[in-house]
Formats: sequence, C-alpha cells, structure tokens
Amino acid sequence: MPAAPKTLRLSPFWIGLSLVTGFYLLFIVGMLGTTASYSSPDRLLHALDSREIRYAIMLSLATCTVSALLSLLVSVPVGYLLSRGRFPGKAALDAALDIPIVLPPMVVGLCLLILFQTPFGQIVERAVPFTYTVYGVVLAQFIIGVAFAIRTMHGTFDHLSSRPEDVAMTLGCSRGQAVWLVTLPAARRGMFAAASIAWARSLGEFGPILVFAGATRMKTEVLPTSVWLELSVGNLEAAVAVSMLMVGLAMVVLIGVRLAGERV
Amino acid sequence: MIRLDDIAWHAAAFKLDGVAFTAPEARYSVLMGRTGCGKTSLLEIICGLRRPAAGRVWIGGRDVTDEPPGRRGIGYVPQDGALFPTMRVREQIGFALRLRRRPAEEVAARVDELAGQLGVAHLLDRRPPGLSGGERQRVALGRALAARPQVLLLDEPLSALDEETRDEMGALLKTIQFQHGVTVLHVTHNRREAAQLADALFRLDAGRVCECDARGMGDPR
Repeated sequence: MPAAPKTLRLSPFWIGLSLVTGFYLLFIVGMLGTTASYSSPDRLLHALDSREIRYAIMLSLATCTVSALLSLLVSVPVGYLLSRGRFPGKAALDAALDIPIVLPPMVVGLCLLILFQTPFGQIVERAVPFTYTVYGVVLAQFIIGVAFAIRTMHGTFDHLSSRPEDVAMTLGCSRGQAVWLVTLPAARRGMFAAASIAWARSLGEFGPILVFAGATRMKTEVLPTSVWLELSVGNLEAAVAVSMLMVGLAMVVLIGVRLAGERV
Repeated sequence: MIRLDDIAWHAAAFKLDGVAFTAPEARYSVLMGRTGCGKTSLLEIICGLRRPAAGRVWIGGRDVTDEPPGRRGIGYVPQDGALFPTMRVREQIGFALRLRRRPAEEVAARVDELAGQLGVAHLLDRRPPGLSGGERQRVALGRALAARPQVLLLDEPLSALDEETRDEMGALLKTIQFQHGVTVLHVTHNRREAAQLADALFRLDAGRVCECDARGMGDPR
C-alpha cells in the first residue's frame, strides 16, 4: 500500500514558523516593490541613459566578470585542498580564508590601500597600478568574491566522492589528471555556482572600491558607486534606476544558480 | 599473483599487523572478513592508494610497493562501482586505453568486445544515473579490464545487488576471470558469495590473514 503523503498538521508551532517566514518574505517583496514603483519605467530608463551611468554599467559588467573568473581560478584549487587535503593546521587555514567575509568592507579597502603603500606594494604598483584604478576595482571585488567562491567549491568537492578519482589513478592517471578528467567535469555546476556567487558579490561591492579605487566618474565608477554619487547629489530617480538594474542582475544570477543547483 | 609481505597499517578503528598471504596466479581468491575489519584498506594498499606503515606488496613477481597505482597493472572495482559521474558507458570502458593514447579503432574494438562479454552493449551511450546497480558493476568491471591488467581487485562487488542479480553477476565474475586468465582478489563479508566463487579463500581477522579451506568454508587449513 502506498504511504500517505506527509502533510504538516496545523499546530501553533508550524503556524508560528509560517508567520515568521511570511513576515520576512513580505518585507523583502515590499522593499523591492515600493522601490520599483517609485517612478515610471520610462523615467527610470531615461535616467540610465546618461553617459556616466552607461560607463558604470559597462565597467561593472567587465570588472565583475574578470573578478569572477579570477575567483574561480583560485577557488577551485583552494576548495579542493580544503576538501581532500589532510594536513596540520587545516582548521586554522579554513578559518583564515573566511577573514574577507567577516571583515567590515571598508576595512578591506583600507587594508588594501595601506598594503599598496608599503615598499612591496610600491614595487607591484610600478608594474600594475592598482590604487585608484580599474585594476584596483577588480582587486577589491576579487578579495571578497573569492572567499565566497572558495566556500562554494569546498562544499562542491565535499559532495563529490573521491572514489572515482582513486579508480582513475589505478587506471593510469596521475592525481592531477584524475582531478582534471574526472572530478572537474563532475564539479562543473559547482564551478558555475561559485563564479556566479563571486560575480554577484562583486556587483554589489562598494566599501572597498570606494576606499581603494575611489569614485571617479568615467574612471572607477561602478554601479554601487553610481547609486552613492547620485544619492549624494539628490538625484533619487537615477539612484533608484541603477538600483533596480542591480536587483534585476542579482535576480538573474540567483535564478541561474538555483537552476544549476537543482540539476546537480 | 599477488603477494603481501608483513603489511602493517594503523587506523583509528582497526590495525593490520604482519599481514602476509599469496593470492595464486590466474585464480579466483576471496578475502573474507567482518565489516570494518580493514578489508578495503588492504585492497587500497595493494592498489597503491594507501602506503603501508611497513611491509612489501608484490604483483606478478614484481615489488610494486613504491610504484604509483597506475603502474601496478591492476584493475580495481570499488564497492559502489565508482563510475565517472559525467562519462557515458563507452567512455568509461575506453578510459584506460585512451589514457594510454591507443588508436581510436583499438579503443572502440576493445569497448565493443568487453561490452559484449559483460552484456552492456545496449547501454554504451548511457551515463551512470541511467544504470541499475548490476549494470553499474558490469560497467565498472569493463572499465577495470580494458587495459588487460594482471590482477583484478573487487571490493564487495555484489553487496549492493538484489538476490537474483547477485547470482547472475557472481557467475559472470567467475566466467570473466576464466576467460581473461586474470588473478582475482575479491573482498566480501558474505560466506555464500565466497563459497560460490573462491578457488582460494582467506580470512582477515584481528588484523591478520589466514588461508582457509575453500570447500570447508572458513575452517583454517
């Protein structure tokens, strides 16, 4: 006999949980809904048509993509090391890699600024100028985005059995070949999720960019900088237009990650 | 032939100490032992996936203790088959030969030959999620045999199968061993399985291996 489908019995416990969830969801929807209805779509689109904001859109898309790819490049080996490696100090390393996540964003920017004033930083600056440049925007986005990408890749590799890799090694692979041929293809959705999360984090990054790369129009202005600049001169309509654009991009990433995740 | 000389290995749950036995050439050997007594670790030591704390591993008269897993001439079938998650059956079976850069025609011919012997010819374009437990084990077996290994190491290959599939697969394992003339070491905790398959029977108990009478099932010789 087939088992009866499980349904939640209405009890004060479940009603209480549902109310908390409902209020929270209502708050999110209300927040976004009222912002979206602040002005008419035509006027919002018109606000996005300024040369400075179009530059900020292009710079945001370009820098987020570069920082997401760099994050992936670093998070795959680090995530693999954390997942499969057995070595002393692993727990300390794991915790240390979370530092960019827990540090206040402004502090990250300040630390970057100070690092690049040191003799070592000055040598790097002579080769690639980071402070107050587009490279600085990418670096500030990367520092935070990569920490999230590492978390994602660590989880991805934890969920993939190491057995197929072992078998590949008995069939003639080196460890590197086994990872490349067997594990990475299986981790591709996790890699997509890691890159997407790094991209989304980078898109919203503001504090470190403001401190380390500045907020110069047509130079280091990315979308969050635009919101701040427009707000500071009282142009609320442009700030809302840019914000809604960022919300739209974040939604696309969220849906993409969810769809990819469901097919893992 | 697989020969272990005084192998030692320590883990939190168990300890192997002075493990020594010889699985005879081109015969079907079964190693029995309770769950969690270190059978899988012993197979991994033979594979080269774990380094023993002491002792030597010999395969076909060659000391392979310091050789990497891929140079030991072994085929390994882990408990769940451990198929490569994204590859089609065709790619799984041809993996070892493609790795050795064998010509595409040779790989295709070997894949067809093994798929025919193992009864998976109709599954060649499927990926692991589309296979049953028995089919997975057959594919894993084909993948392990493709590069013509000297020895085949099977870790509880029948434990996840239902009764009927288990009997079929057991008969297939025995046929394959005979046809390929390969030295098999099959690890199990199942007495019936051991009785059905073993030419030589060993028992791992309290960290040591002793040879038993294959017909008497478990009586030490």
